[in-house]
Amino acid sequence: MLTYLLRRFVLALLVIFTVLTISFALTRLSGDIAVAIAGPAASAEDVAVIRKTYGFDRPLPVQFVEWVRSAASGDLGRSYLYREPVSELIRDRLPVTLKLGFAALMVALLVAIPLGIVAAMREGSLVDRGVMLVALVGQAMPGFWLALLLIIQFGLRLQWLPIAGAEDWTGFVLPAIVLAFSAIPALMRLTRSGMIDALSSDYVRTARAKGLSRASIVMKHALRNAAMPVVAVSAVQLGALLGGSVVIEAVFALHGVGFLAWESISKNDFPVVQAVVLFLAVIYIALTLIADLFNAVLDPRLRAA
Amino acid sequence: MMAVRLRLGGTLLGAAIVLFVAVLAVFAPLLVPHDPFAQDLMGRLAPPMWLDGAQAGHPFGTDQLGRDYLSRLIYGARISMLIGTATVVTSGLIGITLGVLGGFFGGLVDDAVMFVITCRLSIPLVLVALAVVSLVGSSLTVVVLTLGLLLWDRFAVVSRTTTMQVRNLDFVSAARAAGCSRIYIMWHEVLPNIVHHLVVVATLEMALAILLEAALSFLGLGVPAPLPSWGLMISEAKDYMFFTPWVIEIPGVALFVLVLGINLLGDGLRDLLGATRDA
Repeated sequence: MLTYLLRRFVLALLVIFTVLTISFALTRLSGDIAVAIAGPAASAEDVAVIRKTYGFDRPLPVQFVEWVRSAASGDLGRSYLYREPVSELIRDRLPVTLKLGFAALMVALLVAIPLGIVAAMREGSLVDRGVMLVALVGQAMPGFWLALLLIIQFGLRLQWLPIAGAEDWTGFVLPAIVLAFSAIPALMRLTRSGMIDALSSDYVRTARAKGLSRASIVMKHALRNAAMPVVAVSAVQLGALLGGSVVIEAVFALHGVGFLAWESISKNDFPVVQAVVLFLAVIYIALTLIADLFNAVLDPRLRAA
Repeated sequence: MMAVRLRLGGTLLGAAIVLFVAVLAVFAPLLVPHDPFAQDLMGRLAPPMWLDGAQAGHPFGTDQLGRDYLSRLIYGARISMLIGTATVVTSGLIGITLGVLGGFFGGLVDDAVMFVITCRLSIPLVLVALAVVSLVGSSLTVVVLTLGLLLWDRFAVVSRTTTMQVRNLDFVSAARAAGCSRIYIMWHEVLPNIVHHLVVVATLEMALAILLEAALSFLGLGVPAPLPSWGLMISEAKDYMFFTPWVIEIPGVALFVLVLGINLLGDGLRDLLGATRDA
């Protein structure tokens, strides 16, 4: 168990280092970064000043070591645009993205688990096919388009909900629903297949033979076993939702981390871009690590792997 | 029985949709009623034929610059299909190579492959795609290459697991005993026996690539204007959506139906070929 933990932890560190390298390389893709920051109107002297100020005149390996060293100590650099440390910018914007991510995950679980259970109880029936159709529709729905349709319907025609911003919780309703759509199909399929396995298992047959009620069999015996992988995958899905919220935040003008990144990308604010990529990757890595540990604790067979 | 018939119907429907859009894409220049780039500022935002005030000759209306919406939609099919297929080819090449190598050799090679896959999965996909397109400059080629270089993870995961299942089977051992080279075995023995899984992955990735291109174009960092990408059409029309909602509904429905068709086809192929979704 301890070796497994250690292996996973070292692997996570290596992955983080690789992402550090990638996020650094990403911002150097454009060629001369100083020209991009200075903008088209800048003179050669301006560019030279910028190059000197931000240290772009130093060799790339030196810049890279500097980036890794400061990132490791929590210093993600300063935004060119806001003239503020990037870590503070992210900290300010993080609550919005976290609220959105958790709300979306809740919506997804509330839809996916009941539908998955119903489909599994009637495997192969029309109900089952109907639920699978919901999964297909969810998979095919372009999130940004669904967002616009909901804005027209609930924001404009019915005027129930705000169409942009997050002054209070109502601003999160539409974005959370849209974002949840991307997680529902996978969670629903997983619940369904887990429940089908559990319902055909020996312990459920025993429970049935004991004369337990159908509700008790499904909820107590089968669901508890089927829920384990769902919980583990939920952690991974949360990471994907946080990373994928950039489009939704842009549509609904929610000023979260994704919005910050989108803004920075279109304004060539490289330190923010590379920091947000790194930050979201670290969150994802941490969540997958938690999911793995969760699985290992619950399922002894995995520890040997 | 009913459910089986539904499933078959779904597969056929999916195949029909994909075929239809493919035909539109290939023969677009012959099919369009108007030049998709020709502006007519006097005839802006003409409603489609099922609404009042429609103009003859513009069955799907015109956009904010008076361009024929049907013609733009048909040319948009080209972009979506091109992005979908080109991305699948690029990402398939990368993912299948990695996955088969890892699955076949095992050991250190496999550890390295798994590490690369884990790194790829940790990177926030949309964000990195946006950043790359923004930094390198938006063009169709850049979008295709960016998506191709990012979307290979499922190919790698599935080909790795399926290769592991195949590599110890009798016909592989027989080929080994007959003295075939390892490259020959991977190419002629392993690949043909895992390809049915990869076809299903290809449909999933194609659908994902089309959706991602639309999202990138919608955010202004995908296919550049005036190309009629469906995502870009929605983005350009969204300022008018409160008064004339059909301007975003039409390209959105096209996008949704195509992706749904690809997924229906993929699901049907999975059942037919006995393949797994994510192994």
